[in-house]
Amino acid sequence: MSVGSIVLVLLVLAVIGYFLGRGRSLSAAKRDHVKLHSLPGYYGQTVALFVAVPAFLLLIVWLFIQPVLIESRVNEMLPDSVIPEGGARSLVMADVRQIAGGLDAVLNRTGLTEEALDDGRLDVSNVRARLAEVGVALGSDVPTEVYEAAKTYRRSADTGDLLMAIAVIGTALGLGVWALMRISPKMRARNVSENFVLALLIGSSTIAILTTAGIVASLVFETVNFFKMYPASEFFFSTVWNPQFRGGSELGIWPLLWGTLYISLVALLVAVPIGLMIAIYLADYASQSLRSLAKPAIEILAGIPTIVYGLFALITVGPFLRDWIAQPLGLGNSSSSVLTAGLVMGVMIIPFVSSLSDDIINAVPQAMRDGSYAMGATQSETIKRVILPAALPGIVGAILLAASRAIGETMIVVLGAGAAARLDLNPFEAMTTVTVKIVSQLTGDTEFASPETLVAFALGLTLFVITLGLNVLALYVVRRYREQYE
Amino acid sequence: MNVLTEAATEKALVKKMNEINYKMVGQDVSVYYGDKRALFDVNLGVRDNTVTALIGPSGCGKSTFLRCLNRMNDTIQSAKVTGRITLDGQDIHDPSIDVVELRARVGMVFQKPNPFPKSIYENVAYGPRIHGLARSKPDMDQIVESSLQKAGLWNEVKDRLNEAGTGLSGGQQQRLCIARAVAVSPEVILMDEPCSALDPIATARVEELIHELRANYSIVIVTHSMQQAARVSQRTAMFHLGHLVEEDDTDKMFTNPNDQRTQDYIMGRFG
Repeated sequence: MSVGSIVLVLLVLAVIGYFLGRGRSLSAAKRDHVKLHSLPGYYGQTVALFVAVPAFLLLIVWLFIQPVLIESRVNEMLPDSVIPEGGARSLVMADVRQIAGGLDAVLNRTGLTEEALDDGRLDVSNVRARLAEVGVALGSDVPTEVYEAAKTYRRSADTGDLLMAIAVIGTALGLGVWALMRISPKMRARNVSENFVLALLIGSSTIAILTTAGIVASLVFETVNFFKMYPASEFFFSTVWNPQFRGGSELGIWPLLWGTLYISLVALLVAVPIGLMIAIYLADYASQSLRSLAKPAIEILAGIPTIVYGLFALITVGPFLRDWIAQPLGLGNSSSSVLTAGLVMGVMIIPFVSSLSDDIINAVPQAMRDGSYAMGATQSETIKRVILPAALPGIVGAILLAASRAIGETMIVVLGAGAAARLDLNPFEAMTTVTVKIVSQLTGDTEFASPETLVAFALGLTLFVITLGLNVLALYVVRRYREQYE
Repeated sequence: MNVLTEAATEKALVKKMNEINYKMVGQDVSVYYGDKRALFDVNLGVRDNTVTALIGPSGCGKSTFLRCLNRMNDTIQSAKVTGRITLDGQDIHDPSIDVVELRARVGMVFQKPNPFPKSIYENVAYGPRIHGLARSKPDMDQIVESSLQKAGLWNEVKDRLNEAGTGLSGGQQQRLCIARAVAVSPEVILMDEPCSALDPIATARVEELIHELRANYSIVIVTHSMQQAARVSQRTAMFHLGHLVEEDDTDKMFTNPNDQRTQDYIMGRFG
């Protein structure tokens, strides 16, 4: 029974449980001539929740644990002799999984039964050919041990799946019946479903937090590996980025970090003044109807895929800057440049600044404006002396958010600023950023064993720490702002 | 005979009008918010060195009239004001009058204390700064100190002028707002229910202050409290449904009003 059909069965059972629970509560109330504690729907909901939620959780846990158990069992069956020279055990395990999947396909396609696996119609001598027939290509002949392991793997997986279906549906039925039996007019079904909702909400937030923790953990783990192979002092203090495929790379972060900061700075120089002025105009000058049109229109900028911005940078902005500014001034003749990427990225993050700042400026109480106007201040004096200072913390928060967006941007940089790691002040030179180099170090056929690939994790972690720092700073600033009018 | 009497009455009235020193006069003032008319041809004068109380049930137009006097209705896009309002005989809607200057001469204190999120000092210095009233730092210090003294707040805050104005108590904040209004030496101070957000003790403090300020300023105060109107004002104007019902000496209004509606309102029969 596949996972999909198990889920379907659970849903059907939940719906049935809902109606049974609802009906039972109504009839119980009628029989005992008492008023139900909750609306009938809540009794149905309670039963449905008991049917679906625990069984569903069990399903998820099972799906995570079963492969781990089976693989450890199969792993024991593989002697060291089948591991090829210089290869890894995990590669052999991948073969096992592939053969196991292939056997399923063969049986399905040829109409052979399970017995064929044991009576010699399908065995280690002809398995490669049979698998090839169904489109599963193996790199070499299959050793007996691997074939046996694959068969065991298949059987265990089948048994596991069957057990899983029984356990999950059994849980659903058992808890459903138990919940049905508990229904009486006095049962506080509303509170039960309320608690379920609460648990659901807490569960969701836990997932988000655990994911963050998981991401950090994996980054840290690989980064530690990297620093075992490559000195941290080189990484943090060297000014040369020159990865080699045969070792002897120089992996200093500075050229990349400089590129990141430089391009982000240009982007912010574009986005902050324009965004702020848009925000001031929208919040304090524009009429309501214009605002309701202009604001979404500006926010569209944030919805354009960054690759489209990248194309714009590549074919329009880059050549324009080169032909009209860089070359006449003798500052370079590269169409990829810091300025290209920075300008285009700046346009992209305008809405982050303008939209958030607009909300923040709007949140400054009208009483502040009235107070200032009543003192004889003009509109721009009011904005300059009262509104902006009052909104400043919030605006700083918006800018920091835009900054962390700019720092993490990749596509625009690849297409707009190129991929050359360089420490230079000239904004018309091609440079590159941390994110671009992470991508390029991990693209292609790589294994995570050399400093050249693992450096990506160190870069990622550095970037993560920087953007996290910015976000924490933004949160802190915004929180201070919130306190101001309470 | 009858006509003659009427003319004579009219003449006497005009004579009386001329004898009294009116600081501000509104003639046939009407206000529209979009299609809705909020004020109907109000004729009301504000006398020199007098506290004029505007009373009436909610939505009767008293705050609207108040906001006409320093053209605060300009900040509301849909609002339209007709009629003539003069300050020392000069039409405040005249193109030659700058609204900035008008508001410097006619200050305003709001219902809810609204100090800026700045220091106490900067709150008071706000007006003098935008109007360029102080030439030097000592000048400004002097203005700030005297304004805070006039608002009766100096002794409470003189040691913490650099702390946030928003950190003061409600009553102190309101007096800070009064100090802020006083700092630009206005001639008229408009107060829109200045005590409605304050406790009785802070209210008493502000009322005392209004008494003192009367010596130098004309004050117009909107209030929902009959007792407050009786305590602080010399003249009272009663509004109802956008119309000015009557206007007279406060003593007379509270003891022997001409209009039944005024009597009912003061007695608490409606509103």
